[in-house]
Amino acid sequence: MTTTTQPRGRRDAQATASDYRPGPDGLLLEVDDLHVEFHTEDGVARAINGVNFDLHAGETLAILGESGSGKSVTAQAIMGILDMPPAKIPRGAIRYCGQDLLTMPDEQRRKTRGPEISMIFQDALSSLNPVFPVGWQIAEMFRKHRGMNKSDATAQAVRLMERVQIPAAKQRVRAFPHQFSGGMRQRIMIAMAIALDPAVLIADEPTTALDVTVQAQIMALLAELQEERQMGLILITHDLGVVADVADRIAVMYCGRIMERADVLELYRRPAHPYTLGLLESIPRLDQKGQELSAIGGLPPNLLRLPSGCEFHPRCRFVQDVCRRDRPELTAVVGAAPGRESACHFSEEVHRG
Amino acid sequence: MADTATDPILVAKDLVKHYPIKGGVLRRTVGHVKAVDGVSFELRRGETLGIVGESGCGKSTLGRLLMRLEEPTSGTVDFDGVDLFSKSGSEMRRLRRDIQIVFQDPYTSLNPRKTVGDIVGEPFEIHPDVVPRRGRRQAVEELLELVGLSPEHINRYPHQFSGGQRQRIGIARGIALKPKVLICDEPVSALDVSVQAQVVNLMGRLQKEMGLAYVFIAHDLSVVRHISDRVGVMYLGKMAEFGTEDEIYERPTHPYTQALLSAVPVPDPTLRGHREQIMLKGDVPSPANPPSGCRFHTRCWKATEICTTDVPELVDRPDGLGAHRSACHHAQVRQVIETVDVSGDAATTRLERIEAHVAGEKAPGDGLLDKVAGGLATAAHEVRESAGSLKERLTAESSDDDTTLDPASPEAQEAFRRHRDDPTG
Repeated sequence: MTTTTQPRGRRDAQATASDYRPGPDGLLLEVDDLHVEFHTEDGVARAINGVNFDLHAGETLAILGESGSGKSVTAQAIMGILDMPPAKIPRGAIRYCGQDLLTMPDEQRRKTRGPEISMIFQDALSSLNPVFPVGWQIAEMFRKHRGMNKSDATAQAVRLMERVQIPAAKQRVRAFPHQFSGGMRQRIMIAMAIALDPAVLIADEPTTALDVTVQAQIMALLAELQEERQMGLILITHDLGVVADVADRIAVMYCGRIMERADVLELYRRPAHPYTLGLLESIPRLDQKGQELSAIGGLPPNLLRLPSGCEFHPRCRFVQDVCRRDRPELTAVVGAAPGRESACHFSEEVHRG
Repeated sequence: MADTATDPILVAKDLVKHYPIKGGVLRRTVGHVKAVDGVSFELRRGETLGIVGESGCGKSTLGRLLMRLEEPTSGTVDFDGVDLFSKSGSEMRRLRRDIQIVFQDPYTSLNPRKTVGDIVGEPFEIHPDVVPRRGRRQAVEELLELVGLSPEHINRYPHQFSGGQRQRIGIARGIALKPKVLICDEPVSALDVSVQAQVVNLMGRLQKEMGLAYVFIAHDLSVVRHISDRVGVMYLGKMAEFGTEDEIYERPTHPYTQALLSAVPVPDPTLRGHREQIMLKGDVPSPANPPSGCRFHTRCWKATEICTTDVPELVDRPDGLGAHRSACHHAQVRQVIETVDVSGDAATTRLERIEAHVAGEKAPGDGLLDKVAGGLATAAHEVRESAGSLKERLTAESSDDDTTLDPASPEAQEAFRRHRDDPTG
């Protein structure tokens, strides 16, 4: 492989290496009616119950949800790193550039992880191997996927560490993960994830463990890299502030389903699902004073025993009989901007405010 | 939220807590982690004092010192005129009735082998004269009800509750003895936003009902603004700035406070690109080896010669409208966030209107709110446009992100000198 000093921008540089071509309008990833369940001793926990979304090149899709909403499981299903068993994917498809990852042979799928789709994890300390130098771990991507020799791969690792703004990268390529601060470790994770110029980057709560000043640095870096490489970015988070700053589109998840999907400006301006509305009203805002917090009452349901009808009905303040009986599908909101979808019987009314 | 009384109930003076670092074969002390390094403040009756700062700034250690869960290296804490650290064991136990603490992690701060009744009732075992044995079960049930848990759950174990419910159990235990001061160490950080709002509202309600004073330690500046009357900003074991909520959020004079505030993402996509963001380089330096002079000088864009040598004092400095305490040689007011006063009932009105819609009624005064909101948005946009032309993007020049220390740096040499001159610490 003679790609040691390849320029940035994957499409031209890797035209020969990649077997995948994005769709006509830059469509990279389609998740179609995805279901994931976990078979446990207590029964079947339905973590994902029919999730649909797509992702285009250069776009940032935020998946917003609280703990247990299935946002991380969705990411793991796309990456193919779910433990199966206990996890099982009974239905659905995940198409990358038109090819279903779920039906692909394992060997072929393994080759997509890294060059095509890669992922940044929340906890950099436990995601990095403590007994290998960070440079070695970054270089591993080049050795395994590109068959590079050790010195070329290490040179690439240094280049990447410089790209993610780690000071004195040359000296620190042999340092171990524990010798770095939290923010620097997260940069190393990002370096590993972008090493092979992936088309899709999944960031699972990339800044949750970091302080705000460091969070701002990391988010700025991610935005810069995305712009530079025209990656499709899936940002998984629970932080409505971070989402407002970077996302193009938002999918709000609750109980393993997408409750609402909208353009970022639309969603914050006029939520069309009571859960989104409740979330927006329950966060204190830095730039507001005298604000009343209205909490969403109750707790998310147990995934082993999902409620009948709409999953959100036990906590919904607008609940009607129909909500207890019929599960609303994710459909277009009447009278709203095109592309807005909500899984609520009364989405029109909620949207109208 | 504040009580009419403004006399302090808790006064901390020059609190210092250094933890020794042991090293070598003989486990000798080779240095100190300066977790808290000279912090003074006062807490008034019935008020909420927010303490904010990034991880490692010493805010949790400060909370533990105020409870006397840690002995300080030096300094005093006066509670209601009594010096906390001069008290013996039994006297201290009596004092603790009035100072209680709620811990951050609701998963590890509750004993998994005890029932909720045992956990919440334990303060009554330690202080048997508060409630007679006979009335204890009822007292516990009342407490559970007060914090929004079902009294029937008294015999359940912590693992049968969710995170938010466990935090309520922690709060019930904290208020069992009707304390005057409740120290809350990141009480809502581990909770999801929808549940976080429930707990924040509960704490506000309890304060009103019981006249509690809170020391609210958190890293989330939005939550702190929401709940606090006054706020202290900590950096590397020292108080950088201290003032009322308005003074800190609307007229910050310390560069660190300004950078911190500007880094917090605001959940409003219309502000994208309009918000002024001060990007700090690097991470917080190690508290084992803090920078000389002003501790923030290594990341500060205003730092000059004096900052590297002289420690700035936390004294009143002008902030445009008046003055509040700030520890910066170059203190200068700079507004980094545009505050919108929403103390009206916009939120509830909106909620009511939707409810009316769903119930199939015609909501009164439908378009009015939208009109008002539209006007406000236009006005805000104009302000932003004019501010935008003045906007400058600042980056701190020096960076301190090396975890390894450059042996030629003044910090390293100073540390070396310290170790050489004073090997025992």
